[in-house]
Amino acid sequence: MAVAVGRPSNEELRNLSLSGHVGFDSLPDQLVNKSTSQGFCFNILCVGETGIGKSTLMDTLFNTKFESDPATHNEPGVRLKARSYELQESNVRLKLTIVDTVGFGDQINKDDSYKPIVEYIDAQFEAYLQEELKIKRSLFNYHDTRIHACLYFIAPTGHSLKSLDLVTMKKLDSKVNIIPIIAKADTIAKNELHKFKSKIMSELVSNGVQIYQFPTDEETVAEINATMSVHLPFAVVGSTEEVKIGNKMAKARQYPWGVVQVENESHCDFVKLREMLIRVNMEDLREQTHARHYELYRRCKLEEMGFKDTDPDSKPFSLQETYEAKRNEFLGELQKKEEEMRQMFVMRVKEKEAELKEAEKELHEKFDLLKRTHQEEKKKVEDKKKELEEEVNNFQKKKAAAQLLQSQAQQAGAQQTKKDKDKKNFFFM
Amino acid sequence: MGFNLSNSWNRDLCVLGPMDSLRQSPSPCSSRPSSPRTPPCEMPASVGIEAVLDQLKIKAMKMGFEFNVMVVGQSGLGKSTMVNTLFKSKVWKSTLPGLGVPTPQTLQLHSVTHVIEEKGLKLKLTVTDTPGFGDQINNDKCWEPILSYINEQYEQYLQEEILITRQRHIPDTRVHCCVYFVPPTGHCLRPLDIEFLQRLCRTVNVVPVIARADSLTIEEREAFRSRIQKDLKSHCIDVYPQKRFDEDANDRILNSKIRERIPFAVVGADQEHLVNGRCVLGRKTNWGIIEVENMAHCEFPLLRDLLIRSHLQDLKDITHNIHYENYRVVRLNESHQLPRGPGWVNLAPMNLAHASAGQLTSPRTSKACKQAQEEPKYDF
Repeated sequence: MAVAVGRPSNEELRNLSLSGHVGFDSLPDQLVNKSTSQGFCFNILCVGETGIGKSTLMDTLFNTKFESDPATHNEPGVRLKARSYELQESNVRLKLTIVDTVGFGDQINKDDSYKPIVEYIDAQFEAYLQEELKIKRSLFNYHDTRIHACLYFIAPTGHSLKSLDLVTMKKLDSKVNIIPIIAKADTIAKNELHKFKSKIMSELVSNGVQIYQFPTDEETVAEINATMSVHLPFAVVGSTEEVKIGNKMAKARQYPWGVVQVENESHCDFVKLREMLIRVNMEDLREQTHARHYELYRRCKLEEMGFKDTDPDSKPFSLQETYEAKRNEFLGELQKKEEEMRQMFVMRVKEKEAELKEAEKELHEKFDLLKRTHQEEKKKVEDKKKELEEEVNNFQKKKAAAQLLQSQAQQAGAQQTKKDKDKKNFFFM
Repeated sequence: MGFNLSNSWNRDLCVLGPMDSLRQSPSPCSSRPSSPRTPPCEMPASVGIEAVLDQLKIKAMKMGFEFNVMVVGQSGLGKSTMVNTLFKSKVWKSTLPGLGVPTPQTLQLHSVTHVIEEKGLKLKLTVTDTPGFGDQINNDKCWEPILSYINEQYEQYLQEEILITRQRHIPDTRVHCCVYFVPPTGHCLRPLDIEFLQRLCRTVNVVPVIARADSLTIEEREAFRSRIQKDLKSHCIDVYPQKRFDEDANDRILNSKIRERIPFAVVGADQEHLVNGRCVLGRKTNWGIIEVENMAHCEFPLLRDLLIRSHLQDLKDITHNIHYENYRVVRLNESHQLPRGPGWVNLAPMNLAHASAGQLTSPRTSKACKQAQEEPKYDF
């Protein structure tokens, strides 16, 4: 039965006028409530040389001491270390993941330094893509591990970007939102800083590195974003130690020649960084990661796998085909594994059987031996018994014989005595 | 695996230590985070994380919202009037069908889309009406066009989602809520109602309402309601808000209160009358004026609050996270059965009449089947 749906085309979207309060203006609140109960994910990648102040900056930014040991300079290669924390501020729960590049810039040959980073970022995209392509998926409570912001720490040389920096940033710019920052900015003088910043920005532009652009299409944030972008890259100083300034304690670094206050805008751009990264654009960073970088990755990956969007007919079936192929592959693997397991099982069973048979045989032998020994012993005992009985018999016979002799002797003696007595008596008479 | 958890203020942190990587990651030493229900750590509020809520709101308001409702019920139950009352505007250009208009011979779905704005917030509202539902003499399988319409919308969304180059914001035409009008017989649910509700509850959020409740007294209403609730329970019909989707204790408490009052007894009216010096929406009769927004008269405010003021986002979320995902699972699972070419008939036809509440695939299989038969572009 065909379904006849009368549906106006999009141009006819009428704007209705409401004659009363309907109440859907509570929608944003409903939306926010849902998100609050689920919590937010935010993942930051810190790329920079060892000792440039990445961990300290993170501690300062989030006002907490994330425990970590300072890395050594002896790492053979670059590796990424991810740590997750759950933070809460009023009723907002944030699942923060900080990914550190350990050993970046320490090797003598730094050709491949960027590779582990790119691989890590791709791996997170891949994990998300896998989840999205699953048949039975649960995207709404998926822990998003894709990198939302990459803070690139530039060493405060005062001259220009290092070639390692340029190469790495070029490789990362299409995969992640890059925010370049100048680390340990308290080692650069004010006038040098300005020159340094312009040099860096012009180098980035001339090399075609796409850093993250703070969004200026929204009236509410356009102004602040525009003013802040002028100060890129942010020159930051991190510190978790507090120094008494005036009558308050503030985060600062104390030198013999003065105190560098972290949250003082005339000293460094830390406050600007915090504003931009967290207070104004966190959601935009997440959205850009999902809508631009992830979609790019997904498109490349799917095209690599052989899908095309050329005509709408072919595509659903390509996906079906892949699903079918994957399914068959999976089933095949399953079967193979099953076979393997079965064979192994059979083999094990046989071995066990053989062992058991051996043991049984041994047992039987033992039993026979025991039985024989028992019989022998028994026989011996019986023999001994017989001997003993014989002896007893002999003894009894001897005893009897002896007694007889004795009684005979006695009788004879008695007769003799009697004869003697008679003789005596005869003589006396 | 041992965590090192310390839950104290300020400096100490809950470190979720490195866990086993459940995902294949080529990076040699990346540890995967976990998120068990560890107690999060409070921080002095100077970081500014809660600003993200405002950012979210701004983004949402810029993008605007969409909401799609479907109203199902026999003619004359006041569906169009109800929609007009809910959104306080003339959604339908004419509400009263002329007496001379013959009832349509087949069920035809009719959609209108409007953009309404309130306090700077734009809502793109789509209302789908189903004239002719249950009006024929033989109403067998009258739910099928409705089910296939709903599935069609899911299909459209799915097609958009699996494109390689896809849009940033996929237009959402999926039906978020289906309001089912139960005629006020006062007895219990009719077989048609039960059949329809059983099938639809698996595919879409259904909110049943007692239509034209002004023909029932309060006692009759309560008795009717409890009989309907019993019927729903005995036939395992899970109407919105579904018990199994309650997320936590708060949800459960809130939703239980709503569940006690389902189905709401509603009266629709789009004309205003003067009562005690106030202008109220109501129906004027010889024996009094039935005020629509008066809780003592009817439960329209409850319906409005549920649909618009408190659970709109929830309706959309459940449609997206559960109903759409269910559809997707079935669709992608079935796709491997379908050979290329005109092989659609290979699917064993499911007997819809015997579909029990547990079987998910029955209506949808034949829907996909029928869909393909109609659309030549899937034919090779």
